[in-house]
Amino acid sequence: MDLSRRNWFVRTLAGAGALALGACDSVTRAPAVRGGLKLGESLSMSVQRLLMNRRTLAREYLSSDIAPKFRANGSKNPLDPAYRAHAANGFRDWRLRIDGLVDNPYELSLDEIRAASARTQITRHDCVEGWSCIGKWTGARLGPLIERAQLKPEARFLVFYCADNTEDNPSRPLYYESIDLIDAYHEQTILAHELNDEPLPIANGAPIRLRVERQLGYKQAKYIMRIEVVASFADIRGGKGGYWEDRTGYEWYAGI
Amino acid sequence: MRTREDIPALGGRVSVYRHAGLVRVTHWINALCVFVLILSGLNILKAHPALYWGSQSDFGDPWLRVSNWLQHLPTLPTMRDLATGRNYHFFFAWALVINGAAYLGFGFWRKHFARDLIPTRVELGAIAEVAREHAKFHFPHERRYNVIQQLAYLAVIFGILPLVVLSGLAMSPGFDAIAHWVLDFFGGRQSARTVHFLCAVAIVLFIFVHVALVIVSGFKNNIVSMITGRYVVERGPGSPADGPKDSPVEAS
Repeated sequence: MDLSRRNWFVRTLAGAGALALGACDSVTRAPAVRGGLKLGESLSMSVQRLLMNRRTLAREYLSSDIAPKFRANGSKNPLDPAYRAHAANGFRDWRLRIDGLVDNPYELSLDEIRAASARTQITRHDCVEGWSCIGKWTGARLGPLIERAQLKPEARFLVFYCADNTEDNPSRPLYYESIDLIDAYHEQTILAHELNDEPLPIANGAPIRLRVERQLGYKQAKYIMRIEVVASFADIRGGKGGYWEDRTGYEWYAGI
Repeated sequence: MRTREDIPALGGRVSVYRHAGLVRVTHWINALCVFVLILSGLNILKAHPALYWGSQSDFGDPWLRVSNWLQHLPTLPTMRDLATGRNYHFFFAWALVINGAAYLGFGFWRKHFARDLIPTRVELGAIAEVAREHAKFHFPHERRYNVIQQLAYLAVIFGILPLVVLSGLAMSPGFDAIAHWVLDFFGGRQSARTVHFLCAVAIVLFIFVHVALVIVSGFKNNIVSMITGRYVVERGPGSPADGPKDSPVEAS
């Protein structure tokens, strides 16, 4: 029958297609291919950095643009007992430690962060998954806080250590992220302690979360406990500079 | 150097040099890029299979939910893997842009667009007739692209492909900071994402029609011409007078 012949043809074609895509999967697993594909990330970062300067600001929106409810993603309520104790007494005893390749390691209380050079910005949060949400963030500019620690000449990156097991899954390691000094000193890079004029809710990263507005959501580390200044993140955890970078291969440069 | 002159072919037909080397190479690189971009793009879309208009996402009321039919489509890689999908997408996006820039540069420099793709007044006037011929599945092999080909290729080269690249860039928070105008151009990042998807749909439709016409309008002739550059045309009244005279093989 003509029909069965056509079915056979379609099935063969579909089978060949599945086989070809399956072959692509084994190609994908080859380290050389993974490395080669990462050329795209290097190119994106080089070109964007070439076109940017310190005055290149992410768009800021109007109060009327603020989303009725800012979406919380990833971890929403860290399990760590020490964190829960801090949350229970309003983070009064919580301290942010800034150390690493600095001459003056020090600790900051939440009140000191509130009192530091403040900035308020209404910006768009872009998740790597594809959605966007606009919120109003108030916080301390990161640049002056880092400056106060007096970086050593070899300092290049900041590593943010967080209190949450990723997505509140106890079998997962604690979240962490990293940025370089270009983003650390950027005017819109802040340690936010308020969202939409309210103290930062736990679901959104209390007591502070990072806002680094020219990059995607997974860079905006929540529940930050410590900032370490380093020359390289190659020896930290999986060596790729962040939880998702280590685990799945998200780009370290999340500007795209 | 290989000749670009007309060569007599079987049946009194003429083999003409139709596609320049750079056009052929960039065509196939582009085909590979678009193939990978569509399949990896579907994987990325699976991470949040809803589309919106404006700057941000109204999660309760998306313009379009695509999760239902998305699960029937192939992706690259085949399993759900946003990170690898993105790695593929950005590598091949760069390849598409660099390849496309080479093609555009060549097209303007060697007057490929002016000579081969911009229809003449006479060609434009014949559009209804060409459409009727297409409807009858009658595809005369001619020296030049017909007017429907010309307009379709122009729309893809100067319309859909630039738009898909620009709307892709508009989704990048880094690029948005560099060029705020791109957000205004699309009316917000989520609008750009929706436009990006609609462009991809348009490209897929183009590919289906393009490949179908390649098959029905003389598969071997078409494929060979995009590999070697040489295309066999019928010698009709439309052929220029400088074509070779009837050859003795005509009687075969």
